[in-house]
This record gives sequence, C-alpha cells and structure tokens, in this order.
Amino acid sequence: MAPSVENLGVDESFDGPMISLRDLRVSYTGREILHGINFDVQRGETLVILGGSGSGKSTLLRTLVGLEKPTSGQVWIRGKNFSAISEVERDEIRKRLGMSFQGGALFGSMTVGENVALPLQEHTKLEPTTVEIMVRLKLDQVGLSGFEDFLPSQLSGGMKKRAAVARALAMDPEILFFDEPSAGLDPIIAAGIDQLILELKKAFHMTIIVVTHELASAFLIADRMVLINKGDVVALGTTEEMKTSKHPRVRQFLDRIPEPAVAQELDYLQMLTEPSSKSGEGRQGKSR
Amino acid sequence: MEFFGKIGSSVEGGLAYVGALTSLAGRAAYFTFIGPFQGKPLRFQRAVSQAMEAGVRALPILSLITFFIGLILALQAAYELRRFGAISFVASAVALSMTRELGPLITAVIVIGRSGSAFAAELGTMRVSEEIDALETMAINPVSFLVAPKFIAMILMLPCLTIWANFMGILGGSLFGVAQADFTFPRYIIASLDALFMRDVVTGLIKSFMFGVTITAVGCLEGLNTTGGAEQVGRSTTRAVVMSIFLVILVDLVFTMLFYFLGEH
Repeated sequence: MAPSVENLGVDESFDGPMISLRDLRVSYTGREILHGINFDVQRGETLVILGGSGSGKSTLLRTLVGLEKPTSGQVWIRGKNFSAISEVERDEIRKRLGMSFQGGALFGSMTVGENVALPLQEHTKLEPTTVEIMVRLKLDQVGLSGFEDFLPSQLSGGMKKRAAVARALAMDPEILFFDEPSAGLDPIIAAGIDQLILELKKAFHMTIIVVTHELASAFLIADRMVLINKGDVVALGTTEEMKTSKHPRVRQFLDRIPEPAVAQELDYLQMLTEPSSKSGEGRQGKSR
Repeated sequence: MEFFGKIGSSVEGGLAYVGALTSLAGRAAYFTFIGPFQGKPLRFQRAVSQAMEAGVRALPILSLITFFIGLILALQAAYELRRFGAISFVASAVALSMTRELGPLITAVIVIGRSGSAFAAELGTMRVSEEIDALETMAINPVSFLVAPKFIAMILMLPCLTIWANFMGILGGSLFGVAQADFTFPRYIIASLDALFMRDVVTGLIKSFMFGVTITAVGCLEGLNTTGGAEQVGRSTTRAVVMSIFLVILVDLVFTMLFYFLGEH
C-alpha cells in the first residue's frame, strides 16, 4: 500500500488515518502549551514534527503516546479516542506503539537483551527460547547483534539509541515514535539512525512520527512535515511544499534566521560595547 | 490571621501528602492482592530480589547496631536499677524496651537508610531518564512493575528483621548481665523471655509492618515525584529519608498510644 499523502479526509474509521488530532489542547500547571492542534497521519507515512525549543513539539509527542492528558480536544489512534477509552483499552493500543526516547530510556539495571525482551515477556506468552530468538532478530535489525549481555551503561550514545529502537520494535508496532533521534550524536552516527528509520519505513511500512529540529535529517526521512511554533501548527505539508513555502515562520526556521528579539538584542549589545570601547580609548588618551 | 492561614495551608499540604502515600500504597496493594486474580502478573521474582537487598543484606549492620543498643540499654537501666538493688531487672527492662519499641524503631531507621533512600534514588533516576515513561508507553504499569515488589519485600522483611533485632538486642543486654549482674547466660535469656508476653512481641511486629508500608510508600512516592535533573534525585532521596523518619516516629506514636489505651482494658 502506497502512503496516501493527498487524502486528508476526516475519515475516522480503522482504514482511515492512524493518528488524528482534533483541536488538541494541552496545559501544564494552568499554562496552555498546545493551542488546538489538528492533523492526520496516514498509514505508512513518516511525519516529522519540527519546531524550536519550547515550541510544544515534545509535549505533542508525549500526548500522542498518552503520557500527557489533553485538556480538551481528541487524539484518535487507529480509530480510537485515546483520551476517552479505559485504561485496559489504552494499554491494548499502546502495545501497538513503539517509542524511542531521546536518551534511550533503557532500563539501567537490565542488560540490552532483557530490555528488548521485557515487552515480549510482559505482553505475550512466548516461550523463553522464542523470546531469545526475537530479541536477537530485533538487535540484528538495528545492527547490535551480539550485544545482548551488555548493560546500557556499557554502550555508546548511538548504540543506546539503537538498542532503544530495538526495544520499541519488540512488539512489531504499527506506529513508531522517535523523540529527537539524532540529538547528541555525531553526524555519522546520526546519519546511521536516519538510515535505520528509512529502512524500517521501507521494510515494514510502519507509520513513523519523528520529533526533531535537525533539518537535514528531517528532509531526508520525512514524507510530510509539520512545523510547530508556540503551540500552534504553522505549516503542514510535504517536504517539497515546505521547501518552497513562503510562510515567514517556515522560512525563518528552514533558513535558520534568529528571532527578531535576539537580533535586536545583538544590536543592543553592540551598542553597549561600542561606547565602552570609546571611553576606554579616552582614558588611554588621558593617561598618555 | 496570616499565621492561621499558614498553619491551614501546611496542614492541607500534609494531608495531601498522606493522601498521596495512601493512594500509592493502595495501588500497590491492588497489584499484590487483587491483580494476580485478574490475570495481572505478580512479580514474585522481583519481590524476592528486593527482599534479598532490603532484608538479607541488612542483617550484618542491623545485628551489630542492635547488639550495641541492647548493651547500651542494659547499662542505662542498670545505672538506675542499681540504686534500688534491683539490678536483676535489667533483663526484663532490656527485653521489654527492645521488643516493644527499640527493636522495631532501630530496624526501621536502618532500613530507611539502606532501602528507603535507595527506592527514592532508583525511581527518581528512572523518572528523570524517562524510564518510567518508557514503561508506560510499553503498557507496563510502573506501580505494578516497580512499586508492588518493593512493598511485598518490605512488609515481609521488616517484621523478620525486627525479630532478629529483638534477639540481638537481648543478646547485647546479656553481655552486661553476665559480666556485671551475676546472671549466667541461660538465666539471663530465661529472665528475658519470662518478662515478655506475646502481646509485647506482636505489638512490635504490627508496628514494624506499618513502618514497612510507610518507608516504601515514602521512598517510592518521592522517587516517582522527582522532576528535573540529576540534582533533583539527590533532593528526593534526602526528602525520602527525612520524611520516612518523621512519619515512622509519627506512626510509632499513634500505635504506641493505641496499644496503651487498648491495653488498659
């Protein structure tokens, strides 16, 4: 099935969008972080959520996987209203989701193999030997074969991320979420993670949601992108549409133009430093 | 007026904290006693490893400290009893104060230092490194997976440790009894056992059970409520220790009063 990027109908049946957000609002301690987000993600599509620090993109991701509760609006996942269903139903859906956290979030007291095996042991009745084989397969998929018995603390940053992806893949999820997959990694390892995401997309036709602010990586992996700014969707479209967009915020983000306030601040700093250097000259003159 | 307002808000805060503790203990109890009958796993293996860590590994230090406490109790009691020529009551004084009060309390304090703090640090670290979030996204309940095994371990191990502490305390007292008070070792032990009623031992064990619940609830709650970064884990740990000691003393007071007034009749 080809990813249908065009059809953005409000079809909420199962064959419809894997994820639908309807006027999603989220508040933290009385302050609204997301002000009414609307978009759909189709099956097999890779959506990249772009946004600066504090834009609300991480909150959006946390809400999508059910770690934050919306104050109003709905998150529909696979045709189910995620925030209005019972705990048991929510857990059923969660078993079909995989999440790779920014720092990996591997359990430090367990080996890599045990980390990957955990969801299988918890949610399936597979024999230990089968679980072992599954773990090996998953680690193989992310290029970490032979690292079953290592502790997360013995792995490098990139390997931790890969192990986290293996754990997220353990239950063969339909939707895979990535929080800042390339944050804190060197360019080569970051490119490796991008490659991994592309492979997963091609091989398993997974629906993938990636939160990032790495532009190069975003344009490489995305089918569509959504730019979040101060809790609002500024732009939503294919990578081509984003590249050619005339929207000032999109241009600012993609062309890496600093905030006007910051630019003014720079002017202000310059203004401050200039007279001081002059007065320094003056003093020098006097002393001479 | 402002003064009363401050009292009011701190009482409110205190009650909310106790409420949060009770809620956490309640959820842990659900996953321990009811969950397994509804097809949810009882994590026996994890409970056993927690029990090893919180219970068995505490034995050496607990033995040493309670032995000393028993000896100190004997010395202090003898100081006063000697004046009345009643030094032979040392055995019963040590036995009673160990089993009714100091055995459970000293055990609780040691367990707070070893395990209550460790619970807060472990869960706090897991919270700030998103491991708790990871559990939730994997549809694994953190209370069932992390907190319930700790509760099982603690409510089983604390009474056991307390019995051991009582025994070691009496042993410590016997050192003084044999060396200074004309007891032979068997006579000292018999005098101690004669002084004790079942009631004394049981009230101590009921207390230690409640201490176990309190320590686990505070340690886990402080850990789970950690926000921010690594330095907050340290704060949570400190808070867990201080709050646990305070609440253990409070629970001790409540139960001692309860047993005192119940014992009247």
